[in-house]
Amino acid sequence: MRTVDDTLFTDTPDGVALLGSRCTRCFAHTFPRQSGCPRCTGDTMVDTPLARSGVLWSFTVQGFLPKPPYTGPEEFEPYGVGYVELPGQVIVEARLTENDPDALRIGMPMTLQLVPFRTDDDGEPVHTFAFAPQEAQ
Amino acid sequence: MTSDGVAIVGVGMHRFGRTEGVSGRAQAVHAARTALADAGVTFADMQFGFGGSHSAGDADTLVSELGLTGLPFINVANGCATGGSALISATAAIRSGQHDIGIVIGFDKHPRGAFNTDPAEHGIGAWYGETGLMLTTQFFGLKIQRYLYEYGIKPDVLATIAEKAFRNGARNPMAWRRTPLSAAEIAAAPMISHPLTQYMYCSPAEGAVALVLCRADRAREYTDRPVFLRGAALRSRRYGSFEVFSPWLATERADAPTVEAATAVFDQAGIAPSEVDVAQIQDTEAGAELMHMAETGLCAHGEQEELIAAGATEIEGRLPINTDGGCIANGEPIGASGLRQVYENVLQLRGDAGEHQVPGRPRVGFTHVYGAPGISACTVLTC
Repeated sequence: MRTVDDTLFTDTPDGVALLGSRCTRCFAHTFPRQSGCPRCTGDTMVDTPLARSGVLWSFTVQGFLPKPPYTGPEEFEPYGVGYVELPGQVIVEARLTENDPDALRIGMPMTLQLVPFRTDDDGEPVHTFAFAPQEAQ
Repeated sequence: MTSDGVAIVGVGMHRFGRTEGVSGRAQAVHAARTALADAGVTFADMQFGFGGSHSAGDADTLVSELGLTGLPFINVANGCATGGSALISATAAIRSGQHDIGIVIGFDKHPRGAFNTDPAEHGIGAWYGETGLMLTTQFFGLKIQRYLYEYGIKPDVLATIAEKAFRNGARNPMAWRRTPLSAAEIAAAPMISHPLTQYMYCSPAEGAVALVLCRADRAREYTDRPVFLRGAALRSRRYGSFEVFSPWLATERADAPTVEAATAVFDQAGIAPSEVDVAQIQDTEAGAELMHMAETGLCAHGEQEELIAAGATEIEGRLPINTDGGCIANGEPIGASGLRQVYENVLQLRGDAGEHQVPGRPRVGFTHVYGAPGISACTVLTC
């Protein structure tokens, strides 16, 4: 499967997860990976898979076709964007599979999915990560 | 005023908005010459310059138009806080005793439409822009959604705030948007980033502002109505704050850079937020004004709805906010925007704001900018 950036992801027994960093000194997490800790200023970060589910922390709906560097399809359909809290790790920003604000509410359980967001020059779908409301699955 | 203080003795502005055929640099020169004339000096009297623009050229090249006098002219680039950073630099140059008088200039000229930012400039992977997450408009939608939820505020207040911006803009001859819009029209406009509609956002624009600053004890050599810069502070984000262009946030929360910059500037000035007579605060969109009212300390979180409903933030209210129409009615030329707020407060404290003058002789003015990647700059002015 083609993804927008393979370094964002890792395989786990439960399926594909986002790959973050964890500070071995203060246990702060980041996404994506980084070598320095923004919390304690240390430099002993290790790779760690992030939780595949969490709860919606905030949301919006992108209402217009973004300018480049956006590479999604010219035929625009509004897409949901949210922050999902992965307990004890980070609050991660992601596209949402739901674009109706009335179907979204802060605190609702969400699960990670890989979704196609554009087609590459070979006609292959390119995937990125998104969170889906759990009740919709 | 003590001798280590800083005074603003000249102000100049090129009207914000769209000025076809006039470059950003030309607008900057216009603002600079207006400010110099206002102070009764020439560019040859300037001992230093600080200035910047985001996308209209290097400020230090303005000397080819203003005069090749050999002065040290330092470019400042700090996004939306460019003007604030130029002011802080000028303050340090004067307070240190290095210089007695100098100029700060902020200007810009942006293409139409939302900013398209390269993630690499912010140390973020290309995927963030490619998948459509690198948009300031989106951030403000996400931020106000969370804020409304946390403080139980109804989204209707957003249209009310934007309505005030257009109403104040209509009273300001220097504003870009001078046609009043009703809250109903604003609420019914196309949704840009839920819950924010088109007319709740400011637009990238053009314009320039220049200020002539000098030692406070020499101010009366240049003007009989000096305005004193009692504090200027810039802060960046802490671990745990919620800022623009963040692929992730910490699960623990920290105060926003606005809180820290405002606290610092009120401390410097020895003035309490409750003493502010007129405030210009960052209203990139209506929700930003709502949040920043409380983050700056001008009111408590959750208190805004009641204040706005009671008319407190109107020009004739108890706490007039964005009396020139703010970013919503003036647009946002990044390099000039923070200095526009100072310009407006100087007019207000001199009593020169005409149609949009706050009644009752305001004596304390406060300004606040906020921008990427999570920075805030504030000033306190008195007369």
